[in-house]
Amino acid sequence: MTDTKKILIADDEPNIVISLEFLMKREGFAVSIAVDGEEAIDKIRSESPDLVLLDVMMPKKSGFEVCQEVKGDPSLAATRILMLTAKGRDTEMAKGLALGADAYMTKPFSTKDLVEQVRQLLGLTA
Amino acid sequence: MLSGSVIVGASFAYLVVLFGVALYGDRRADAGRSLIANPWVYALSLAVYCTAWTYYGSVGRAATAGLGFLPVYLGPTLVMGVSWLVLLKMVRISKAYRITSIADFIASRYGKSRLLASMVTLVAVVGIVPYIALQLKAVSSEYGLLTGAHPGNAGDWYRDTALYMALVLAAFTMIFGTRHLDATERHEGMVAAIAFESIVKLIAFLAVGVVVTYFIFDGWEDLFVSAAIAPDLASLLSMDNVGSKADWFALTVLSALAFLMLPRQFQVAVVENVDERHLKRATWLFPLYLLLINIFVLPIALGGMLRFPADVIDPDSFVLTLPLSEGYATLTLLAFIGGLSAATSMVIVETIALSTMVCNDLVMPLLLSNARFRRWAPHDLTGLLLLIRRGAIVVILLLGYLYFRLAGQAYALVSIGLISFAAVVQFAPALLGGMYWRGATRNGAVAGLAAGFAVWLYTLLLPSFAKSGWLPMAFVESGIFGIELLMPERLFGFDEVNATTHALFWSMAANIGAFVAVSLWRPPTAVEAGQASVFVDILKREPRGAARFWRGQAKIDDLLALLARFLGAERVRANFASYARSRGVEYIEELEADGDLVHFAETLLAGAIGSVSARVMIASVVQEETLGIEEVMNILDEASQVRAYSRELEEKSRALEAATQELRAANERLQELDRVKDDFMSSVTHELRTPLTSIRAFSEMLLDDPKTDLAERKRFLGIIVEETERLTRLVNQVLDLAKIESGHAQWHETDVDLIDLIEHVADTAGQLVKSRRAQLLLDLPPAVTLLRVDRDRLIQVLTNLIGNAARFVPEAGGEVRVVLRETADAVRVDVCDNGPGIPAEAQAEIFEKFRQASGSGGKPTGTGLGLPISRQIIEHFGGHLWVSSTPGEGAVFSFELPRTLASPAAQTAEAS
Repeated sequence: MTDTKKILIADDEPNIVISLEFLMKREGFAVSIAVDGEEAIDKIRSESPDLVLLDVMMPKKSGFEVCQEVKGDPSLAATRILMLTAKGRDTEMAKGLALGADAYMTKPFSTKDLVEQVRQLLGLTA
Repeated sequence: MLSGSVIVGASFAYLVVLFGVALYGDRRADAGRSLIANPWVYALSLAVYCTAWTYYGSVGRAATAGLGFLPVYLGPTLVMGVSWLVLLKMVRISKAYRITSIADFIASRYGKSRLLASMVTLVAVVGIVPYIALQLKAVSSEYGLLTGAHPGNAGDWYRDTALYMALVLAAFTMIFGTRHLDATERHEGMVAAIAFESIVKLIAFLAVGVVVTYFIFDGWEDLFVSAAIAPDLASLLSMDNVGSKADWFALTVLSALAFLMLPRQFQVAVVENVDERHLKRATWLFPLYLLLINIFVLPIALGGMLRFPADVIDPDSFVLTLPLSEGYATLTLLAFIGGLSAATSMVIVETIALSTMVCNDLVMPLLLSNARFRRWAPHDLTGLLLLIRRGAIVVILLLGYLYFRLAGQAYALVSIGLISFAAVVQFAPALLGGMYWRGATRNGAVAGLAAGFAVWLYTLLLPSFAKSGWLPMAFVESGIFGIELLMPERLFGFDEVNATTHALFWSMAANIGAFVAVSLWRPPTAVEAGQASVFVDILKREPRGAARFWRGQAKIDDLLALLARFLGAERVRANFASYARSRGVEYIEELEADGDLVHFAETLLAGAIGSVSARVMIASVVQEETLGIEEVMNILDEASQVRAYSRELEEKSRALEAATQELRAANERLQELDRVKDDFMSSVTHELRTPLTSIRAFSEMLLDDPKTDLAERKRFLGIIVEETERLTRLVNQVLDLAKIESGHAQWHETDVDLIDLIEHVADTAGQLVKSRRAQLLLDLPPAVTLLRVDRDRLIQVLTNLIGNAARFVPEAGGEVRVVLRETADAVRVDVCDNGPGIPAEAQAEIFEKFRQASGSGGKPTGTGLGLPISRQIIEHFGGHLWVSSTPGEGAVFSFELPRTLASPAAQTAEAS
């Protein structure tokens, strides 16, 4: 592991943010936080995180919109997006993947699976 | 004088033309381009009503009775005026059941009664044969008049023109009346000829009228002025001579009924009718014809009276003698031809009608029910049938001739016109009654006909015989056995009217009385009830109705073989094939031999041999069960129930359409609700998953890493507890909302003092406010009306509102104020905060489920159900809950409860 990967946590649920932050930090990632869609976009542009843990239901801008915007911008192409949602419908998942999300997990998730998924997306599984 | 050869030549030429017309009509019919399928022809053929008797006789009658000739034409005019009521029904019944004659019609109505059929036939023959004789006499005597031969003295029979005329007419009738046996007793060529004759007699009569009025005299005025100054003519112009009102009325009724009952009228109006729509045109066309042919009756009568000295010339012959004496030879010939056409058309149609009746209703039933005949009869009966028909024609015409020869100038012949009318009118009660009265029975019809006929015989025919010198006059003058009450023309001393009216009155009284009384005596039998419903309801029901009353077993081969004997195998197969097609079956053999088929076969056969004979024959080849009266009544009940059902069904289908519309709307609403519910479920799931996510994540982290430091561990466990509480709250509120929305919530209503209640909530919710370092202020009046509401629910609302307010007050200087006020019709509570306020566009949204405004701490800990539930509770009590807010200046959540909720105790307190 040459350099520390940066992870942006975008969620409006404070307790979930706390748990995700703790988890990611424990795995040795650098963490920053956004509590709504607009803040998430701003931070993606300003901090260029390697991966975004993106909640779908957020104020101001939904996770879908954020995802679409990121994937539509070539300069942000390297940004991995892992979508998290409390809406478990298949259509939601299909929509997220269609919009270019790299992975999709429903809440509540297993912390082990989440960490594994994050590591995989960052190419750290070897 | 005209020479006999000219007249005979012209007459012969006329008859040749008539043959030509008839031949052309038949040819056209064979080619499928019917000449008579035309309302004009139909209306003209009805004019067979105007016979030689009226052609010559109207003028004669006008010469003695002025306008007294009119009722004979008024009657038919009235009948045509209501043709849609009576004639239409007769036509429809006859078409549906292939009725071939009036005897067939009546017999058919009363269960295809043989007795009735033969009675009607006999009455018709007795009544009509003298009438035919009268036609022969008219032509013969006018011929004599023109040629100078002594009228009335016919001389040797073989030199008698009348005989030859009868024979020529017999030939014509045989050729065009029995050309082939048809399943519908229809004769297109004959009808064409009759229509042609109607034109000829009209033109001839109008020509005579015009010449008499405008050439011999100087127009109407001249005639009437001259008549008015002639002492014995003046009275003709007034109503003096027309007879009593009773006579006038009786004659109108008599001719109206006769117009329907005369066999020849039945033949042209009903049997030969091609299309019932023709009736419509005839309704005005035929009365117009009558008007035209009567316009010049009075002028000709007056002209004759003015021109000839009294009693020298018979007024009946004015039509001929006037033009003749003035030297209009051609016109005279035309007038004669007109009279000839009137006579021949009547004789032809009457003979066809009578011969059909004699054959179908008298001879065939006798033969067919004779076992010996059945053994010896040839297989193909078509020839025999035609032979009987033709024989009947010759016999009837010869009978007519014979009567003419025997009666000569006798009274019995001269007065036969109205006597004939009175005879056929005896059919009216049975026929008309049968069409409108279900209760009429065969026995009633037989009794009525017998009684009416007997009275007719005694009051009209026998006196006419007596006056002819064939019977002693004594019984006429002093009554039979000298009993004055039984004087034939003054029965029971009734002598205020003329003989015809008298006879009509008593015969109809006896006929109708017996018909009704005997019909009422016994209920109709099964067969009669079946036929009654078929006849009475013809305008309401499809004509296959009769088949419903048949039950039994039949074989198609038997039916085919039977019909082939009468109609010829080829025609029968063709008819059956088209029936099969109409049933959607390809081959005749595949047809089901059910009631419908048997009925079809019987109807087909009835067209050729009459319904009575057809019944006998069909019964001989099929095994039938006799239906009991109850069964028939059940079928009839079913039918009327079916009609009622169908009406109900129509109504129901309309209702259904409306219901479908409503259902569609309801369905759309339901689908909308379903979407709402789906959204709700999805939201609930989301709200459940969110706390679960935290709980699971923290639990797993604690489990994974037992060495987590204590402060961190405490913080995590605190979050877990907090989220668990949130879950619990959520589940409770979802259930609560569901209960309220479905109406299953329990409401415990007590008298609630809102001041007391607000103070109570302030105590408990005050902690929350204090934890936000804010102030809770109460602004309460000293007293407020007690309301009858659910105290706990109101606490829930108020707690929710204060809790919400507390969450949104600023960190420093937060303030929540509760204001209670009572207005004229409501009690109002405001919960005010000094938070950021709610933008206008969000004010409606926050009352939707799972919509929350973000709190100042960026931590919406509500469930998103508090406000929806509160609103439901307030609305349950008839109040309302709303928010008013200007962003930046805080928000005010208010609710009002109507004072109608005031507890009864409070109300009485207030009233006192």
